[in-house]
Amino acid sequence: MHEYDVIVVGAGGAGLRAAIAAQEAGADVAMVTKLHPVRSHTGAAEGGINAALRDGDDWEMHAYDTMKGSDYLADAPAVEALTQESPEEVIQLEHWGMAFSRDDDGRVSQRPFGGLSFPRTTYAGAETGHHLLHTLYEQVVKRGIEVFDEWYVLNLATTDEDDPDERSCHGVVAYETATGNVEAFRARDGVILATGGLGQVYDHTTNAVANTGDGVAMAYRAGVPVEDMEMIQFHPTTLPSTGVLISEGVRGEGGILYNDDGERFMFEHGYANNDGELASRDVVSRAELTEVNEGRGIEDEYVHLDMRHLGEERIVDRLENILHLAEDFEGVDGLEEPMPVKPGQHYAMGGIETDEFGGTCIDGLYAVGECACASVHGANRLGGNALPELIVFGKRAGRHVAGEDLGEPQVTAGRTPNAETASVDTPVSLGEPWGGEGDAVADGGAAADTATAVVERALDRERERVERLRDRDEGAQHADIRAAVQRTMTENVNVFREEDALKEALVDIHAARERYRDVYVADPSSTYNTELIQTIETRNLLDIAEMITVGALARDEFRGAHWRKEHQERKDDEWLKHTMVSWSDGSPELWYKPAVLEGEAKTYEPKERSY
Amino acid sequence: MSTQRPEPETETESAETEAEADAETPSERREAAKRRRAERRERERVEEEERAAADAERYHLKVFRYDPEVEGKQEPRFDDFHVPYEQGMTVLDALIYARDEFDVSLTFRHSCRQAICGSDALFVNGRQRLGCQTQLSDLDQPVRIEPLPHQEVVKDLVVDMEHFYDQMESVEPYFQTTDRPEEELEEQRQTRENREKIKTSTRCIWCGACMSSCNIAAGDNEYLGPAAINKAYRFAMDEREGEEMKQRRLEIVEQEHGVWRCQTQFSCTEVCPKDIPLTEHIQELKREAVKSNLKFW
Repeated sequence: MHEYDVIVVGAGGAGLRAAIAAQEAGADVAMVTKLHPVRSHTGAAEGGINAALRDGDDWEMHAYDTMKGSDYLADAPAVEALTQESPEEVIQLEHWGMAFSRDDDGRVSQRPFGGLSFPRTTYAGAETGHHLLHTLYEQVVKRGIEVFDEWYVLNLATTDEDDPDERSCHGVVAYETATGNVEAFRARDGVILATGGLGQVYDHTTNAVANTGDGVAMAYRAGVPVEDMEMIQFHPTTLPSTGVLISEGVRGEGGILYNDDGERFMFEHGYANNDGELASRDVVSRAELTEVNEGRGIEDEYVHLDMRHLGEERIVDRLENILHLAEDFEGVDGLEEPMPVKPGQHYAMGGIETDEFGGTCIDGLYAVGECACASVHGANRLGGNALPELIVFGKRAGRHVAGEDLGEPQVTAGRTPNAETASVDTPVSLGEPWGGEGDAVADGGAAADTATAVVERALDRERERVERLRDRDEGAQHADIRAAVQRTMTENVNVFREEDALKEALVDIHAARERYRDVYVADPSSTYNTELIQTIETRNLLDIAEMITVGALARDEFRGAHWRKEHQERKDDEWLKHTMVSWSDGSPELWYKPAVLEGEAKTYEPKERSY
Repeated sequence: MSTQRPEPETETESAETEAEADAETPSERREAAKRRRAERRERERVEEEERAAADAERYHLKVFRYDPEVEGKQEPRFDDFHVPYEQGMTVLDALIYARDEFDVSLTFRHSCRQAICGSDALFVNGRQRLGCQTQLSDLDQPVRIEPLPHQEVVKDLVVDMEHFYDQMESVEPYFQTTDRPEEELEEQRQTRENREKIKTSTRCIWCGACMSSCNIAAGDNEYLGPAAINKAYRFAMDEREGEEMKQRRLEIVEQEHGVWRCQTQFSCTEVCPKDIPLTEHIQELKREAVKSNLKFW
């Protein structure tokens, strides 16, 4: 059994930053990641990092923009932590050598971005995430932090008290891809989940194939509430054939969206009379699809994003990567012709419920980055707010787990007396068709057991699970099940949502679950068995898909990225609350907790949101 | 090379059933049954392949296969796959199709699909390329897909990257300076020109294509290789580190298995999927090293 003070699961931006912080606070840290750290999808982030660095800007303005962008579903204490600490974190990155784009005076350059009242997005060309990821990994190498790369975490080792709030997490169990060994990692102080996105639940996504929501699904089955999962961001500019991301930086620098009639529709059709192309992402995505639905799309599928007028010099200086992407993945020369774009799944606003230090309701279990929900994004994330989220909350969780006193959290984690129970009418029963036996994470033994015993029990259970999958030699194949889930989510739980379609998705997900009962792994090899790993990922995607859909069905209002055909207004008197889903004996239980709109110095009163 | 293997005759089939009956333990019987079923599946796969091959709208792939612990794959071989072609299809798309539709055990690394994670560097039609960045329509058929040369094959198209990572990490690949701004919120200044100078060198995605293409690296396991030297260049040329650090960086790349091993064959530059002028960077470090040595004479 491997033993460390802190285990970080995942080595993208949030995980790397958390590991560095925990190590600086004196902890003995190991990272366990299914890819090598430099392969993490943080590397694909393009646009930039929001930070109030300059005269005329301040963290309060950044917080206000973020709350407005969230459509008043973010929690103000978390948002204010983000905007107050982002500047020092960006400067920290620069001190670690990150190659930011520069102004003439040699300072870090900033550009306008969607939904921002000040051009506060720092960037490194159109490959900001790549630079951020490599800079953080360099620091991990410098510090000699242990990295178990290509180890896939199968599950958490958690105690099983009836009340999830009383459980503790003592480590993780992981599968070594190269050899097929299943081994236990005990964490003396705590486990930090930093597993990133879940875009593989859709088939048109900017996300990597590795983004399968593993951390969210594991925490969910361990009893941690999962928050606001219906809030899925669709990025307005992705390449139609592949889902490859074209940065918001293109519009930040002055790129224009046109429909098939050559109209600048953001203005001419009144979607955003002030900010046009730089309205927030939910607004722009809906505008594009409305154009297509009303017959003004190009080839009935996409719109054009034109940056030719920016001139070659500026494009090459600030957006060079976009030229390569358009050329390589769509065969379009961005200097000579407009680029075809359409909305694609991009980011999950929701995730594992945490407080503003990354702590969950389970003692010793933290979550940071895209897999977590503190919540700083609410119903819609602003472009340029994901990268600061990684570094700010990565750092906070790393310090907290290592025992630093950061004060009392204002954001709750776990059930509180003011939680509101709820139910929603679904066409099929949700969760496991066979009850929760053998699948829940939190049956590693009661608190009376030693931590080692809890971890060992989890290890035995995971070894059995791997064995079971390998032993069977006929049945269903995970690839078909995964494709079915992606198809129904893309068709029915997309930008525009209707009640019947959401219900249809639940029926399809239920059918996919039934098929998953017979899943088997055909490749007998224990050497680099990617089929086995993908089969387990697919199990996680089933839970993710269901949580997104059931939350979307229950929320009968229109807020942020969540647009409902039957409910065309934001209902503040009823819905200023977070959707929570808890795993309860194999089925999801829905409840709500109020959004926290009171910040340090002011309360963010919900207003009409226009751009 | 064909994947056609002689089909087991009925005789062996029945012999196997007998062996099964004689088998000592239930687990051995299970194993035997499992093996038989695996063979049947393999036969079905080959038949399906043959049917697919008859279809003209398909691309013919010849893919390297090897698995140290699976019978029939312990001897390296090439398998044929005929993948239905769609406009814009990449080598990676074709591999995913072949895996999901024909043979689930086909193994390769991939993640981002957009040439930034560096997972899927492969040897395609005799050249190092990223699978996701390579259009099938640019390739002659059959498309031969092999693991990166000069690296140990773990399974199918997956190679052991440890040595590559070791070389990368041997050049102190992290920013170092003694001269940080006093103010907490004050960044170090860097001219636009200096950022431009290091720009291409910062684009490396650690895919290993250059190292695999380099004849010198193939013959000298200790040679730092183009990627690691480029990483050293990225810091040596960064004005924020300061003159003293630059000297230290030059000493690192001047070692016996450093820049002077490079014979400027340009193969690394040719295959780099991020268009980094690697050979140029190595040459520049040689010049800088000479200049700094002359200073002490």
